This record gives sequence, C-alpha cells and structure tokens, in this order.
Amino acid sequence: MSSTTQAFSALFARDVHVARRNIVTTVLQTMLQPLLFVFVFGQVMTRSGMMPASYKGMLLPGIMAISMTMTGVMTVAMPLIAEFQFTREIEDRLLAPIRIEWIAVEKMLSGVLQALVSGAIVAIPARLLLGSDLHLSMEHLGMFFLVASLIALFSAAGGLTLGCSVGQTQIGLIFSMVLAPMIMFGCAYYPWKALESFPILQKLVLLNPLVYASEGLRGTLAPTYPHISTPIIVAVLAVVDVVLMVVAMQRFRSKAVS
Amino acid sequence: MAAMGMGARTGFKRDKKAPPPKVVALDGVSLEIQPGEIFGLLGPNGAGKSTTVGILTTRVRPTSGEAVLQSNGTSIDIWADPVRAKQLIGVVQQRPNLDFALTAREILLFHGAYFGMSSTDRQRRANELLEQFQLLSRADDLTRGFSGGMMQRLSVARALMHDPQVLFLDEPSTGLDPQTRLMMWSIIREYNAKGKTILITTHNMDEADELCHHLAIVDHGKVIALGTPRELKASIPGGYILHLRFSAAPPELMERLKQLPGVTEVRPAGAPGSAEQTDVYADRGGALVGDVVAAATACSAELHDVHISEPSLENLFLHHTGRSLRQ
Repeated sequence: MSSTTQAFSALFARDVHVARRNIVTTVLQTMLQPLLFVFVFGQVMTRSGMMPASYKGMLLPGIMAISMTMTGVMTVAMPLIAEFQFTREIEDRLLAPIRIEWIAVEKMLSGVLQALVSGAIVAIPARLLLGSDLHLSMEHLGMFFLVASLIALFSAAGGLTLGCSVGQTQIGLIFSMVLAPMIMFGCAYYPWKALESFPILQKLVLLNPLVYASEGLRGTLAPTYPHISTPIIVAVLAVVDVVLMVVAMQRFRSKAVS
Repeated sequence: MAAMGMGARTGFKRDKKAPPPKVVALDGVSLEIQPGEIFGLLGPNGAGKSTTVGILTTRVRPTSGEAVLQSNGTSIDIWADPVRAKQLIGVVQQRPNLDFALTAREILLFHGAYFGMSSTDRQRRANELLEQFQLLSRADDLTRGFSGGMMQRLSVARALMHDPQVLFLDEPSTGLDPQTRLMMWSIIREYNAKGKTILITTHNMDEADELCHHLAIVDHGKVIALGTPRELKASIPGGYILHLRFSAAPPELMERLKQLPGVTEVRPAGAPGSAEQTDVYADRGGALVGDVVAAATACSAELHDVHISEPSLENLFLHHTGRSLRQ
C-alpha cells in the first residue's frame, strides 16, 4: 500500500471511530428536530383532521432531506471550525504523510457516509411515527440512491466549505442566518409547486440546494406528489456538488497552509 | 538522514503576481543544520522562530527561498515533495494540539497508523512511549482534562511515535514545571543520541545553552549570530560581569576601577546614591579580582563580596540588539 492509501484509510478510520463515539450527540443534534416535526405535522395535525392524511407521504422525503443535509454539514463543519481555530487538533492530521487535498477528500467522504447513515436512521422512526397509511414508491430505487448520494456529497462539501470559512464567533449567526431560512425555504415541508402563489419567492428558493434535495427525494420516493423533474434535480445537484467540492478544496488548502 | 539545510528569503525576489506579505516574518534567513545535531533557534517572541519551523514542516508557505531535507544522500525539496518530507519529520507545536476526540493511547495509535506502522508495532511503541512519558495511568482517558504538562508530554510522545529522522520542537518547555522540563531535556538528549537531528526553538537561554550543539540567535526575522553556545558567548566583548560589594566606595575608587585593563563599564548596583555595591563589566572574570582588591586598598576601602557572572546568551542578545531576551 502506498503511503497515501495507508494514511487515507487511517484518517478515515479515525473519523469513523470518533463518529461512533459521538453517535448519540450527533443523532440528538441533527435528527431530534426533524422527528419532532414528523410527530407534530404527521400525527397531531393529521389525526386532528387539520391536515389530510396524504400529507404524510409528502413530508417523509423532506424530513430525510433535512436530516441528511444537516448531518453532512454539521459533522464536517462543526469539528473543523474548532480544530482549525481553537484546539488546532487537525495539525496532527495535516502532518500525516499525505497531500493536503486528500485530507479534504477524506473529510468529505466521512461526511457523505454520515449523511447517508443519518438519512437511513431518520427514515425508520419517521416511518413508524407516520403509521401504516403512508405510501412510498419503491419503483425508482436506483434513482433514489443516486439522488441520495448527490445530496450527501453536497452536504459534506458544503460542510467543509463552511467549516473552513466561518469563525468560531459566527457559529450562532450561521444557524440563524443560513441554516434556519435554508430549512424553512427548502421545500421540505411542502412541495415547490406550493410556492406558486409567491412567484418571486418561488424563483428565489431555487438558489437553495435543499430544495433540490427535498424535491429529488420526493420525486423518487413519493412521485405521486408534485415535484421538480428528477433529471433536472440530478443535473443541478451534480453541478452544485462539483462547485462546492472545488470551493471546499480551495478553502481547505488555504486554511491548512498559511 | 544526512544534512538538512534551509534557506528562506522572505520579502526579497517576490513573485510579481503574489501580493506583498503584510508582515515580513523572515528576512534572508539561511541555516544549515548538520545530521545528528541539536540545533537551537533562540530569540524573543515574534522573532520568526515559529515561521521558520512552519516553513520546514510544510505548514507555512514561503514567498521565496528554498527548504531542503537530505535523506540518504537524496535532497528533498520540502515544498516540491511535502509528502516525502512529512514522512521524515516529527513536529511538536508550541501550543498543544492533541486530538480531543481520542484517548491518549488512541492518539498514539492513530498517529502510528497515519504513518503506515503495523498494528503490532503501533501497540508496542505506544506502550513504550506511554511508560517513558509517565502517562500509562491516564492512557485510556480522553485528553481534554489533561494538565498542560501532560499534554506537552503526550505531544512529544506522539511526535516520536513514527521514529522521525528530524524532530522539530517549538518552545517545548514553555509552561512546564522544572521537574518535567528536566525530563523533557533528558528525552531530547536520548533521542539525539540515536543519531536523530533535532531543531528546537526557545526563548529560554538555559535551555539553548544546555541542549544545543549549534545555535542561531534570531530577532526581527534575521539571524544575528550563529555558532556553538561557547563560541557565541566568547564573542561578546566585556562578556563578564563582576558584582562587587565594598565597605565604602569613594568616587576615587570608581575612577580607578574604570581604568583597570579590560573594564568596559562601572555601574552602581545598590540603592541610589550608595556605591558600595558595584557592577563591573569586563572581558575577564577571576583574573581581574586581584586588581580590584589593589584598587580598593589604595582608596582605603575593603572588598567584602565578589560574584562573577560568566558570559551568557542573555548578555549576547543584549549586546546585539540592545534589548533583553525577556523584553
């Protein structure tokens, strides 16, 4: 094995080890809120008759999109912000015999896996919470996995970009200014079509990658609900992935070597 | 590992496209460090020591100049082949930077894994180091609650884990209690005795004097003196200081002291207005005492006490910069 392969797998093993150790915190941090949302909107509102039961099938793909995106962003960005600025823990890994760019790739790979796992984990209790009258389609599984992978990559690359760009004092601001509007206008709780009565907003939200994540999962898991066409979703997510990866690599390099 | 040389000229011959650096941290520093030696960079805070270490350890990109490691007769340009360079070096940064998500043992094991050590080797070496650095009792604790001294010990242990040819220690004994400092010094000497090259930065003169075979004294990004500690100390004119105490010190005695051969300055050192305690700066130490006694006797005064300070790196720094190292 070359030194790059050895160092890469050891760095990855370290991240998996740490992720396993922090699993409870990660789950609470990224999945509790979407699950509470599932309960309130999928159970309280539908059982009380304030929402139709069909809302459940529309909601689940959106919840998965939020969980995956948040997990990818948070598990990559949060440790990096501290490691680069405060604890400097990352220095030991930067001195591993491997190119700096591979360390960035490794960070993204671990983010991708954690985002995928989180999508799977949140789907199980959400499915149970929503009950038996939830109808999901299993006909587009291939496309579903492709969309899910593109979402995971976008969240990990976005996390790396954020983690290398945000100062420790700005973390709170990022939550209220970036993540909160991103979630509310991410078409997770309603389809993009529902914004038709707000034409300007409907165009503006297209800048939010979470829209494509929610609509993409909706189009592959619950295609009977209105959604943006899946090939368009795949193309947009692929472009977002490439752009974010390039930016993330540049940001990481400039952070790692002064 | 053969020799290690490095030249970093920052602020000169800049690439026209690159923006000029806001602060010139290093200005024409050129050092050649021989294999198997302990080389010290001595200077006050902000002198450019950490930047030099940063350039040699792939963390700070120089705006110009070159940094070269030599291993088994091959030259490795650190900035052209950082991966090979990283395989040969071990680094202890000034600030502890332990992986807080891992236990002390895991830190060593993962570090070994980054460098491709086999599982058996990693376990064995980690145990040896934990024992040597007196960390076995806390080996399986997360390091967040470790004291500063323990963190520093573990940082050094981690840098030694993959048995690097060149070890960089940036201010290794800052904040350590005297006992741990002595332990650290003996570990550094022991590692050097295996033929390893060590570069150490410090603003502690005793440390530089005690440990280093060669020293570069740096200030404001420039090397102001280079040599063995002994050579450097011998290079100061009037490097000795005689701290004297007389029964009485009339002005006449002060005049006589100033005229003694080799004396560069006579300075009252006691309470203001009293000259009983006097410091004499001279190029000789003990050899001057006879003349001092004769001068005192001639003025009907008696020499009560004498203490001789040998030439020190502190005096050398003062001589070159007009400032104390501690300023």
